Amino acid sequence: MMEQLPALQVVLPLFSALLCLLIRNKTASRLFAVAVSWGCLAIALILLRTVQETGIISYHFGGWFPPLGIEYRIDLLNAYVLIIVAMISAVVLPFGVGHWGLSIPEGREYLFFCAFLLCISGLLGITITGDAFNVFVFLEITSLSSYALIAMGRNRRALRAAFTYLVMGTVGGTFILIGIGMMYLETGTLNMVDIANRLPLAYGSRTVLVAFAFLTVGVGIKLAVFPLHHWLPNAYSYAPATVSAFLAATATKVSYYVLVRVIFTLFGAAYIFETLRFHVLLIPLSLLAMFIGSTVAIYQTNIKRLLAYSSISQIGYMTLGLSFASINGLTGGLVHLFNHALMKGGLFLVLASVMHSIASNEIDDMRGLGRKMPFTMAAFVLGGLSLIGVPGTVGFISKWYLVVAALEKGWYPIAVLILLSSFLAVIYIWRVVEIFFFREPAAEKSIKEAPLSMLIPTWILIGGTLFFGLQTEWTAGVAGSVANFLLGGLP
Amino acid sequence: MDGWRSWFCGKLSSWGPPLTPDQLIALSILSPAVGALAIALIGRNNDAGYNPRDIVTVIATLITFGFVVKLAGPVVAGDRPELSLFEVLPGLAIAFKIEPLGMLFALVASGLWIPTSIYSFGYMRGHHERHQTRFFVCFAIAISAALGIAFARNLLTLFLFYELLTFSTYPLVTHAGSGKAVKAGRSYLGILIFTSVSFLLLAIVWTWQTTGTLEFRPGGIVSGHFESSRAILLLALFVFGTGKAALMPFHRWLPAAMVAPTPVSALLHAVAVVKAGVFTVLKIIVYVFGIEFLTDGNYALWLCYVAGFTLIAASLVALTKDNLKARLAYSTISQLSYIVLGAALATKTSIVGGGMHIVMHAAGKITLFFCAGAIMVASHKTEISDMKGIGRQMPFTMFAFFIASLSIIGLPPLGGAWSKWYLILGALDAQQFLMVGVLIVSSLLNIAYLLPIVVNAFFFPTTEVEIGGGIKEAPIACVASLLVTAFSCLILFLYPDFFLNLAQMIGEF
Repeated sequence: MMEQLPALQVVLPLFSALLCLLIRNKTASRLFAVAVSWGCLAIALILLRTVQETGIISYHFGGWFPPLGIEYRIDLLNAYVLIIVAMISAVVLPFGVGHWGLSIPEGREYLFFCAFLLCISGLLGITITGDAFNVFVFLEITSLSSYALIAMGRNRRALRAAFTYLVMGTVGGTFILIGIGMMYLETGTLNMVDIANRLPLAYGSRTVLVAFAFLTVGVGIKLAVFPLHHWLPNAYSYAPATVSAFLAATATKVSYYVLVRVIFTLFGAAYIFETLRFHVLLIPLSLLAMFIGSTVAIYQTNIKRLLAYSSISQIGYMTLGLSFASINGLTGGLVHLFNHALMKGGLFLVLASVMHSIASNEIDDMRGLGRKMPFTMAAFVLGGLSLIGVPGTVGFISKWYLVVAALEKGWYPIAVLILLSSFLAVIYIWRVVEIFFFREPAAEKSIKEAPLSMLIPTWILIGGTLFFGLQTEWTAGVAGSVANFLLGGLP
Repeated sequence: MDGWRSWFCGKLSSWGPPLTPDQLIALSILSPAVGALAIALIGRNNDAGYNPRDIVTVIATLITFGFVVKLAGPVVAGDRPELSLFEVLPGLAIAFKIEPLGMLFALVASGLWIPTSIYSFGYMRGHHERHQTRFFVCFAIAISAALGIAFARNLLTLFLFYELLTFSTYPLVTHAGSGKAVKAGRSYLGILIFTSVSFLLLAIVWTWQTTGTLEFRPGGIVSGHFESSRAILLLALFVFGTGKAALMPFHRWLPAAMVAPTPVSALLHAVAVVKAGVFTVLKIIVYVFGIEFLTDGNYALWLCYVAGFTLIAASLVALTKDNLKARLAYSTISQLSYIVLGAALATKTSIVGGGMHIVMHAAGKITLFFCAGAIMVASHKTEISDMKGIGRQMPFTMFAFFIASLSIIGLPPLGGAWSKWYLILGALDAQQFLMVGVLIVSSLLNIAYLLPIVVNAFFFPTTEVEIGGGIKEAPIACVASLLVTAFSCLILFLYPDFFLNLAQMIGEF
């Protein structure tokens, strides 16, 4: 049983998704999905513990040895990302148990949970596999299921958003496939370890260069790296509320993982940063993302769009951390994966509660909501503080590592820019906080505080942003060892 | 004298239940926070009559002050109690260690919390303020944060509580909830967060990255790592990053914050918050840079000029303000620069002066704000030009105002005389004769903007026809508190030993 856990991590949600179709009853399928997500979290935790104790796990699917068979290869990096995905799904799925309606399309609940579980299994699959082609397969599972999830949004514009995402996502997926194909051409293998071993022999070849370009652009689309972020704001704003929370907290994180894998495992940091000087491209793009994302966020009238643009800027932090190619920088980027998942997940759950109560996510409709839903809106303020990077919250930890990394490279202007961009976050967060707490409520509607089944998941994530803002051994500690492990080759 | 002092110190530490110093540190920071929780749970929606939360508030203030006083004994005796909680990042712990400067600040903040709370009961009711439970909760959290700043052992802990103080006071500034209050809150938060995140945090990370430590140490930690222009740049980042010190050009938040209820202006924006700012500056100059490092390289000379400029300029602006609270706010900006100047002169005596001024200015300015609030409650007047002859209506209040004004000006027999004395001595030690001149000119300006208010109040007839006439003072809770703090200005002149002793120990970690 224990040695089959890597397979179960993916197979469990995959087959449960099909079972959901058979169950059909909305309550039963929901409880079933919750149970499965908790099971996934348990497996992910055990896997992380095992990796920490005994080192890399290599699992051969169906007993076929690589390179013929598919290898699932779990090191600290993907064990860490598995935890993020499993944790968020385990918190988001039980959100609002006992309440139906706004966030889930009526009559199609079992389909919703089926797609949701497929999406989870796709994300976990991308993360866990050690086979490049397998990454593409799971990427498509994730993409297809998330198109379906987004299209289930109540607003008709959700269809258009899903379609844009479909087009962009397909382009991305195809680019990734082309990249993988070219790597296969050069190395004759799809197993990541073998690719990593053989690529150095082909460093001079133009094919490798082009493969890297295709892979980066493909992953960049999925990750919504500036300027490939176009699909993200619509997808996040029109998706059903819990789907936004789930995708915002996990989908981009997994894409970031793929980028890290491609750069640090497949191609090697030395080749990417010393020969190709990739950071010369990535750093300006990250900084632009940070500033443009935050600036555009300031002017949004829909709170979900605001958070979506904020996500674009936060992704900028992550890619910036990566492009330092130093222990501290990569630690900052990786720890921000976890931290951002916590805060954005928590914030989108707050919006899901708001959606439940007032059936709107327009900032103007949320006037004075702080008085009607104090616990929900307090969670928003704390999550917002975390986005700003106030000490005592997780945002501070990420920022700390990034600034240290910038200073240690001697890139003083970048350190200043990182800090200035957090001031933009103050503006876009506080603008809405003022509206939530100081404006008079719109009408004398009887708005009630969100039910406990919504408050508890929200506060688990928001509480996490505070807890892991002070206790960083499990987040920054793990991210630090991952960075050490990935940069083993670099001084 | 020595026998008396050891007896006094012994008394300070031995009263009450036997607790170890590290427990005391935890308890003194926790008790306002626990108080806040209790107030939140017990507070009723009754803002007019009796409310059990008042009793909880008073108990919390007394207990907190008790713990701080109990810690004072060992600190005066030379102990440096410490408490390490946990590491946030490798090598960076949330930790506390009490040195004399921190003790001084903690005593001022927790001690003045007691009269302020009592004053608040009278003021908030008299002024028919709403949401009083929220008010007292945030107030208690702010005190907790101030104590955290006072006791911090390293820059990270200090920064954590510094930001907590900013955010916990935001609801107090915007208490009224009006458009004006929200706008003021915006510049309050905007300036304080902008400076602390862009400059202070950068300076902290830079120090960490270069020296590998953020601990406060006697003699500082930067010497040997920073030199010439980099040292000046770091100092500038630290000093301007501490927006709470209200050094020009980052002073605008303080007058803006005056929309808060007067007790907030009194304790937070004349004592806890702004003093947290200048305390941070003093602490960084003494324990991060080290006095010798600064004087050897002459790195802080520019800061003397900036502080000197702020000092004079803010006094001049105060002269032009007709709104009493605005005038007091600019006076505060000017007085804070005395302390920054004391730090920037970087001599032993000027640091003593700076430390003393934290205490003396606190006692004086809190009284002035109490008076301003009392006038507002009793007669609804906020403009100085309307206050002619008000001394006849409110003799106690205006007498206290007079006493406190003299203390701010620095005349004996009031506490303010001591701190100015040491500051001028310090300027002479540093051979900064220009700064001696600045201090003297500023004292004259203090006279010019404070005493006319008193003269107006007592020697001019009222402009309006008063119905009934006679004495019409603010509620007794207000008047009693402001008389006590005014009286303390006198006490501080007669018995400055305790604080002087602490101030002279600054630098001994």
